[in-house]
Amino acid sequence: MIAAIQPTTTWYLLLSAALFAIGVVGVMVRRNPLVLFMCIELMLNAVNLSFVAFAKKMGDVGGESTVFFVMVVAAAEVVVGLGIVVAILRHKPNATTDDLSELKG
Amino acid sequence: MGALLAADTLQGPKVDWFALSPILILLGGAMVLLVVGALMPAWPKRCYALFTVAVAGAAAVMSFILWNRINHEGTKTLVGDAMWLDKPGVWIAITVCVGVILAALLTDDYLRREGIDGPELYALYLLAAIGAVVMGTANDLIVLFLGLEILSIALYVMAASHRKRAASQESGLKYFILGGFSSAFLLYGVSLVYGSTGSTNLGKILAASENVIVLDRSKETLLLAGIALLLVGLAFKVAAVPFHFWSPDVYEGAPTPVTAFMASVGKAAAFAAMLRVLLMALPTWAADYRPAIWLLAVLTLVGGSVMAVVQTNVKRMLAFSSISHAGYILVGVEAAAHDARAGLISTGVSSVLIYLLVYTVLVGGTFGVITAVGRTGDGATDLAGFRGLGRTKPALALGMTVLLLAQAGVPLTSGFVAKFGVIGDGVRTHSYALAIIAMVSAVIAAFLYLRIMISMWIADPEVGDDAREAVRVPVLLNVAITLSVGFTLAVGFFPDWLIHAAP
Repeated sequence: MIAAIQPTTTWYLLLSAALFAIGVVGVMVRRNPLVLFMCIELMLNAVNLSFVAFAKKMGDVGGESTVFFVMVVAAAEVVVGLGIVVAILRHKPNATTDDLSELKG
Repeated sequence: MGALLAADTLQGPKVDWFALSPILILLGGAMVLLVVGALMPAWPKRCYALFTVAVAGAAAVMSFILWNRINHEGTKTLVGDAMWLDKPGVWIAITVCVGVILAALLTDDYLRREGIDGPELYALYLLAAIGAVVMGTANDLIVLFLGLEILSIALYVMAASHRKRAASQESGLKYFILGGFSSAFLLYGVSLVYGSTGSTNLGKILAASENVIVLDRSKETLLLAGIALLLVGLAFKVAAVPFHFWSPDVYEGAPTPVTAFMASVGKAAAFAAMLRVLLMALPTWAADYRPAIWLLAVLTLVGGSVMAVVQTNVKRMLAFSSISHAGYILVGVEAAAHDARAGLISTGVSSVLIYLLVYTVLVGGTFGVITAVGRTGDGATDLAGFRGLGRTKPALALGMTVLLLAQAGVPLTSGFVAKFGVIGDGVRTHSYALAIIAMVSAVIAAFLYLRIMISMWIADPEVGDDAREAVRVPVLLNVAITLSVGFTLAVGFFPDWLIHAAP
C-alpha cells in the first residue's frame, strides 16, 4: 500500500516551503552569526528545491540550470560573510548579535 | 533537453559587445585596479580616485553613445534575450556612473584621513556598479537576481571596509544578514513565478501570464504569491517601510562615502529592477499589486519622515530621509502601475527616472559634506558636530544648506522638480490621497532638514575642551560638493532640458 504512494511535485514544493519557513524563523530567533548564515543557506537551498521540482514537472532545463547560479551566489555570499565575521571576532571573541550594539536598533 | 545534448557544439547566443560596453569598461577598470594595484607599489595620492572617475566617466560616455544609437535603431534585446538595450536601462547606467564618480571623489581623502588607503574600495565601487547596470537592463529574473547579488555582495564588503571602526564591521554584518535574508525572499518569488508561468524571461512571463487566468486557478495563486515575494525582496533593497529596519544602522555604521554610494546606486538599481519586473513582465496583474505599492508608499512616506525627526545623528537622519525619498519614488511607481500596459514608456516611469538621477546627485553632495564633518575616525556625525559650521566654514555650510533645501523639495532646486514630477503623476492618475499624504510628509520632513541648518547657522561653535578638530575640505571632496550643488541649482532653475531628456 505504501509503495503505491508516489511523491508528487506538490510534496517537494511543500517540503521546500517548510524548509524556507524554518530558515526565516531561524534568522529571526537565533543570535549566533554562524547559525544565521546557516539559516540563510537553508532558505536559498529550499528555493533550489522548488526550482528543481518545477523544472522536473515542466520538463524544462531552465529551472535546473538556475540552481547552479544560486549555488555560486550562495558560495560567494558565504565567503564574504565569513570574512566579516572573522574581522569582528578578532575584536570581540565569542560575539553574538546581541553583543554587537555599537549601533542602536 | 534532448536537442541540447544532441548538438555537437553548444551554440552560444550572438553577443552585441558594443551594446555591453559600459559594463565591460567598468569590469576592465575594476580588474586593472585590483591586479595593477596588487602588483605595483601604492599609486601617488588621488590616482586611484581619478582613475575610477575616468573609468566611470568612460562608461557614461559609452552610455550616451548607446542612447544615440537607440534613437536611430530602436530598442533591442541582448545576449539571447537576457538583457534590454533601451532608454530606461541606459538612463540607469548613466545614473549609476554619476553615483560612482561622486562616491570616488568623496572616498579619496577619506581613506587617507582614516589611514586605510588602497585601491580595493574603488574596485568594489566599479564592480557594484556592474551589478547595478545589470539590474537596470535585465530582461530575465535570474539575470536580475545575479545583478542584485553582484551589487549586494560588493556592498557588504564596502560597508565593513573600515577596519579600525567596530561600527563599520557591525554594519557590514547586519547588512549581510538582512541582505541575504531579503535576497532569499526575492529568489523564492522568482521560483514561484517560474513555476506558474514556465519561464524566468520577462517577455515570456508576460505572454504566459495573460493565459494563466484561463488556464488554472492554482497557477494564478502561485503567481500572485510569487509577485508578493518579489515585492518583499525589492522593498527590502529600496528600504521601504516596513522593510527598512536595516538601513539606519547600516547607513550610520558604514564609511560615509560608502553610505553615499549605497543610498544612490543601490536605490537606483533596485527601483529600476522593480519597474522592469512590474511593468514589463506583470502588467496583467497591475490591479493586484497596485494596492500593495500604494500601502508601501504611504507607510514609507509617513514612517520615514516621522522617524527622521527624533534622530540626533545626522547620518541616521539622512537614512530616514532616504527612506522617505523611497516613498516619493514609490508614488511614481504607483502612478506608472496605472499605465502598466504601456510598459516602460509612461510619464510615471520618466518621473521616477528623473527622481533617481536627481537624488543620486543630491545624496552624493550631502554625504560629501558629512564626510568632511565626520572628521578623523568618521565618528563626529552627531548633530553637535555641525555646530557653528556656518561661521567656521561658510562655503561648506552654504553648500549643505542648498542640498538640504533640495532634499526638502524647496522650489528652484532639483528636489522640487523631482518631487513635483512624481506627485504630479500621482494626481494625474487620480491617486489624490497618496499625493496629499506625500505633500504632508514633505512638510514633516522639512523639520528635520531645518534642524541641521539651525545647528550649522545659529548654534555657536564648540569651544574649549569640547572643540573637535577643525573641518577640512580637500580638493576632490570640494569638486564633488561643487558639482552636486551646481547640478542641483541648474536643474532647479532650468528643469526643462532634464524633463525633455528623460525617456
